[in-house]
Amino acid sequence: MMKIKDFIKIIGKSGMDVKKTTNQLVGGLLAGDKKKRPPVLWLGTNTCAGDSISFLNSLDPGYRAMITNLIDFRYNHFVMTAEGDMSTGVLEDTLAKHAGEYLLIVEGTVPTRSGGLYCVVGHRNGKPYTALEAVRELGAAAGHVVAVGTCAAFGGPYAAHPNPSRGKSVQGILDRRVINVPGCPVNPGWIVGTLAHLVWYGEPELDEYNRPTLFYGETIHNLCQRRHYFDSGIFAAQLGEPWCMYKVGCKGPVTFADCPYRQWNGEHVNWPVKANTPCIGCVNPEFPEHTMPFFEHLPDIHLPQITVNADRIGAITGTLAALGIGSHLAVRIKKGRLAKTIKKGLAPPKLGLQVLQTTPAQKLVDGIKFKLKKKN
Amino acid sequence: MKKITINPVTRANSPFVVEVTVDGGKVVEAKCSVQFFRGFELILRGRDPRDASYLTERVCGICSSAHGTAAAFALEDAAGVRPPHNGNILRNLILGADLLQNHIRHFYLLSLPDYVRGPNLPPFVPGYKKDFRLPSRVNEAMLNNYYEALEIARLAHEMVALFGAKAPFPHSILAGGSTVAPAADVVMNFRSKLQKINDFIANRMIPDAHTLAGVYDDYYSIGGRNADMLVFGIFPRDQYDRERYFPFGAVLDGQLYQVDLQAIREDVSHAWYIGGVGQPGGDYGVAGNLYGKGMQNKQALPDREKQGAYTWVKAPRYKGRAVEGGSLARLWVRGDYRHGVSTMDRIMARVLETQKVGQLMEGWLEELRPGEPVYKPFKIPQKATGVGLTGAMRGPLGHWLRIEKGRIAGYQIITPTAWNMSPRDAGGQPGPMEQALLNTPVADENEPIEISRVVRAFDPCSACATHVIAPGKSLREFIIPV
Ligand code: SF4
Repeated sequence: MMKIKDFIKIIGKSGMDVKKTTNQLVGGLLAGDKKKRPPVLWLGTNTCAGDSISFLNSLDPGYRAMITNLIDFRYNHFVMTAEGDMSTGVLEDTLAKHAGEYLLIVEGTVPTRSGGLYCVVGHRNGKPYTALEAVRELGAAAGHVVAVGTCAAFGGPYAAHPNPSRGKSVQGILDRRVINVPGCPVNPGWIVGTLAHLVWYGEPELDEYNRPTLFYGETIHNLCQRRHYFDSGIFAAQLGEPWCMYKVGCKGPVTFADCPYRQWNGEHVNWPVKANTPCIGCVNPEFPEHTMPFFEHLPDIHLPQITVNADRIGAITGTLAALGIGSHLAVRIKKGRLAKTIKKGLAPPKLGLQVLQTTPAQKLVDGIKFKLKKKN
Repeated sequence: MKKITINPVTRANSPFVVEVTVDGGKVVEAKCSVQFFRGFELILRGRDPRDASYLTERVCGICSSAHGTAAAFALEDAAGVRPPHNGNILRNLILGADLLQNHIRHFYLLSLPDYVRGPNLPPFVPGYKKDFRLPSRVNEAMLNNYYEALEIARLAHEMVALFGAKAPFPHSILAGGSTVAPAADVVMNFRSKLQKINDFIANRMIPDAHTLAGVYDDYYSIGGRNADMLVFGIFPRDQYDRERYFPFGAVLDGQLYQVDLQAIREDVSHAWYIGGVGQPGGDYGVAGNLYGKGMQNKQALPDREKQGAYTWVKAPRYKGRAVEGGSLARLWVRGDYRHGVSTMDRIMARVLETQKVGQLMEGWLEELRPGEPVYKPFKIPQKATGVGLTGAMRGPLGHWLRIEKGRIAGYQIITPTAWNMSPRDAGGQPGPMEQALLNTPVADENEPIEISRVVRAFDPCSACATHVIAPGKSLREFIIPV
């Protein structure tokens, strides 16, 4: 690994202007250590290619810098020139020559129905080569396996009820550790950042869902620009309004991602709450099954028709913690008085809505003051 | 006679398979097949109808705005609500920006490597080596534009994000309108990006397309088929949706007709589905007839082991014919482009349409009215049906929705690629892409690049093409004036 001191020296010697873009800096850093550019196989299984496209939306570094300086981008059905046997030959070749070295990125769920025939990625010896086989084989010999997007990480939309293709997450079919980089789609920063971390520093710190804590360490709710509205009980009653989106379905309180800071697309121009729409929790292990209905607020989705098992209690406890509600409530949940407690605990204060309906400035201020007094 | 199988065909939104038989240097038989299945309509059942616009966006990562739009139209139809003036324009701008992104990426990223030699670096190697005709300086310049196009396409996605929160899968295309107010700073930002993109289209993309068409002009006579096409209108001119910038139209033998939705049938005789009415070879119907008597409470279910089938794509037919959709069809209906039906015509039309949409968008920005509402709240009906039709990047897209007890009871999607890449029907008639492949010359059976050029010009997207028939609604008479 190159030390930062050496890096600065190189920059100094090369006469490179430090004001130049990260793009060029990444290039400069890696130019000194070409060996670091690991072969990358990006395998699409049952996917819509949204994550490949999001990857292309990376600004610094952009695609050109990535494929020349960061990674040896060998296989990705969306961009590669080769096709047919020539393309699947790349998989075989890399497996034979770079076992233990290459990174396998999987995008999409892996269907298991009919022996995996619900997704075929090529053919071999005259037989269909299923995504299931490919992930198993290539996953076993990879240096690291990265599941990009919520489908690959947790099953996502295609594995939602009734899961017609019996799709599973990559971790669901591999015995080894899979680094999960969820998102529907993945944010360019999350996947390129994870790659950079793997290339330069090795495996990043992961949370209990094997997500890099670097990107998924804090809830959207805790980072949200509208948090003060939530705390003051000022809620949007419909889409398009500029207040806290909780009442119209925001799943920010139970969603671990840095969208409010990072924001979306190359220049980081926007994110769902900034666009006056709710966060739909697309990075969650439970997306979309239990973050739906998207426009209904939290307590409603966690209650009716859902069996309470250990995982669910975990999720709900997480909700309460994120909302800053005392642990005694969590205990009560475990005792089974779930519905009542949650409704009481999580129902947004009525105050906010009343305030919204009338809105003269003084009333708004009074309301917030009243709320704060009550809190202390 | 020799059989060539390309599995997978890459540089499409999702990989697919082409199998051709070559005899005397020409294709005499062709089959296009999609090898993966997800089953969206089944997943949608029982869910909140408002969720469909977000969830169906996940059908396709490159044209998500089109699915969001069709779903919004369907629910608006069912709920009897119209978006406010601004809401309509904002949605057009988001879909327009996504269309620019799609077409620019298709031309440079997906298409061009069939004609332009890339650098000696993965993922440009390995690749075919034959029939690259551009002089090296021209080749070099186009390659530079390739990289620049990636930046430009990213910029188009930033425009989607400006009004739509993020891309892919924007949040602001909703039944009832949109959600981001057209404040001066946002409009200015959008306009500035649009200007850069339009400059790129005019100064790079259009000249590059002409260069390509000049050097590879034999492709005006390769990949041809009868002028049979279908267009669902795209970009409503006003919030009442009385007229669209790209109008509805059906083209049969080159002649223009009104669209009659009753004339749409879907056939699954060569697709991996069973059930519904009849058995393989029978008339499964869809749209026009699907929801009529006998189809209620029945659905076609996936069966990968079905004999005689070779794809997950069903075969929609219009008046019994295999019709194609996309930029060429849209410009044909508008009367803007009627040069011919071939591989190069499809490419040229896509490039010209990119320019057209970019220009139209400049005008739409002028029509925004700051301070006016962008979204109209509405109540979800307990029981209703709705249809959402739009042009997607690749052709006609329809969402059919049935609501019962306030929930989705039936959802049906017919996608552009289902039209374009459909398999044979019960009568043995091949789908449009299969037809276009016939007579394609193949110079070297080990490097069948001609096949790739023909299929890729359709901008096929198997991600959007694979669906299940689910019970839905009975359709009312629906004729759209041209
Ligand atoms: S509920 Fe959503 S909009 Fe409100 S503060 Fe939390 S994350 Fe932000």
